[in-house]
Amino acid sequence: MEALVLAPVNWLEERSGIVGAISYFLFRKVPRGTNWFHTLGSATLTAFIVQLVTGVVLAMYYVPDPDRAWDSINWITNELTLGWLVRGTHRWGASVFIILLFLHMGRVFLFGAYKYPRELNWLIGVAILLLAMLEGFTGYLLPWDQTAYWATVVGININATAPIAGPFIADFLRGGTEIGADTLSRFYAMHMLLVPGALIGLITLHLYLVIRLGVTPPPWGEDAEPDEPSPNGRPRGAREGLVDPKPRGNGGPAITTRSGVEE
Amino acid sequence: MADDLERPGGDAEPEAPPHAAPPSIWPFAFALGIAVALIGLIISWPIAAIGGAIALVFGFLWIRDATREVRGTPSPAPPARDDEAVELEDETAARYPRSVFLEGATLGIGALIGGIVTVPALGFAVLPAFVDQAYDAVDLGPLDNFPEGEWRITKFKSVADEPEDVSRRTAYVRNNGTLDGQASFTIISNRCVHLGCPVQPQGLTAEEVTEIDAESGPVEITATEPSGFVCPCHGGAYDIEGNRTAGPPVRALDRYAYSIMDGRLVLGEPYSVGSVEGEGAEAQITAYKIADPGVHVDGLEQYFYPYVP
Ligand code: HEM
Ligand code: FES
Repeated sequence: MEALVLAPVNWLEERSGIVGAISYFLFRKVPRGTNWFHTLGSATLTAFIVQLVTGVVLAMYYVPDPDRAWDSINWITNELTLGWLVRGTHRWGASVFIILLFLHMGRVFLFGAYKYPRELNWLIGVAILLLAMLEGFTGYLLPWDQTAYWATVVGININATAPIAGPFIADFLRGGTEIGADTLSRFYAMHMLLVPGALIGLITLHLYLVIRLGVTPPPWGEDAEPDEPSPNGRPRGAREGLVDPKPRGNGGPAITTRSGVEE
Repeated sequence: MADDLERPGGDAEPEAPPHAAPPSIWPFAFALGIAVALIGLIISWPIAAIGGAIALVFGFLWIRDATREVRGTPSPAPPARDDEAVELEDETAARYPRSVFLEGATLGIGALIGGIVTVPALGFAVLPAFVDQAYDAVDLGPLDNFPEGEWRITKFKSVADEPEDVSRRTAYVRNNGTLDGQASFTIISNRCVHLGCPVQPQGLTAEEVTEIDAESGPVEITATEPSGFVCPCHGGAYDIEGNRTAGPPVRALDRYAYSIMDGRLVLGEPYSVGSVEGEGAEAQITAYKIADPGVHVDGLEQYFYPYVP
């Protein structure tokens, strides 16, 4: 029986190494004191995936045409089976996603997890945050009702007041000097293709760095960063081998911390 | 293993300190400079310049601090080129000329193909928003519909080949009679110059609507008696000539140029207005090329935004 289950797994592992990679990811060592606050990143990721899935389904029924956009939204909400649920999930989920982003960012900030060697991941996070807000802004226009239209007018004009670049950003967003049919199509293209694509790329980099560098322990407890520099000059919590002057093999999953993990 | 911080055997190896910039106070001053510069851009150019200078100076100090480690290490002197070294070098260089060529060719052709695909696509994404932007002339119908001294609300289609819902615009029109034998009109755009909401006339508006089927699209004309204009979004208020009287708008309401053709009023391009002095036909208008809402037009900004190339 066990062999039956394992056979396909082994088959896959032998040809791709994927099983080892996944179990390395799932069973990697984390510092003592890792707690619920560390789940905010994964929660954000979950919210993002929910947006992707519901968004793809909505795109099957939504029509990005000034004459029909509102009707198609109305149709999705009131006529199509379960349309209200999927649209509602996407709409409320958008807020959940942004809120979780800020909570995750706050956790990283308060734990001092943006410090060496994780500065780059903070910067990637900032890019993610900006793109996430652009995603919200472009999505808000799509229902094409009065709220959407005027909120977008005001939003674009706020962009226009930025020094120097403002008017150009506004023209780019509108696709011209006035809001029109082009505005709706380009907002739709940005909302469903450009920005999500960029987000997926950045999230991949983000998670790669999280796995490569390990997570930061909370500022309290045994593993916390002491005031005096660590005796060997290495940052705590980082996976060993990364800041080692001499690279050692593949780095290995071992973590050496004060609490001592066997090598 | 309570304080087993180092790898076993680690003692023997020299430990490299982390490659991080030492603590520095300059980023704070730098950030302050940026903040002052941004505020200055909004309220006054000299302040922006001061902010920029602060940011420059402390940015320089910060970079100097942060790169000290890198700059401090003297770059290793080029090895003396004794014969042996030259020989070795030549050997390495000569060893795989073909692989070097292939590497270059792969990168080069890859970059070329990438460029051929990306550049036009990027251009297509960006350029149409900026080039060939023009405002269509709009026919507002016979002059009889605009009695002298009265205001009319006109709703019209601003772009001929776009769906009506998207391109419908509103302007407030007053016939000022004549000035030096020429017909004079005041035509005020309803786009609030705070952030673009539709401003409304303050006063009674007739119920009866005159509909015209002009060549450039349908036009609706309604009589009104405004004492000024107000914006529903953030309470911006304007007097009857469009000067700001209250709220967040930064200049006077935009206006439209106009012409009269075959006894019909024809709307031209919109333009932005710094301020208006006087009234009606006698009004002195400081006009600028059309700018986005929220943007000042009478300062340095008028040179900064080459708006429609
Ligand atoms: C789509 C958005 C994002 C996703 C899916 C995401 C996901 C994650 C995950 C799963 C982790 C692992 C640790 C944890 O969960 O706390 C993490 C860590 C981290 N994130 Fe994000 N994140 C996002 C946005 C951001 C933003 C906006 C910032 C900051 C500007 C940021 C900065 C960081 C940093 C510096 C770490 C390393 C933390 C540590 O080492 O303890 N992330 N992220
Ligand atoms: S848009 Fe008119 S006051 Fe803000």
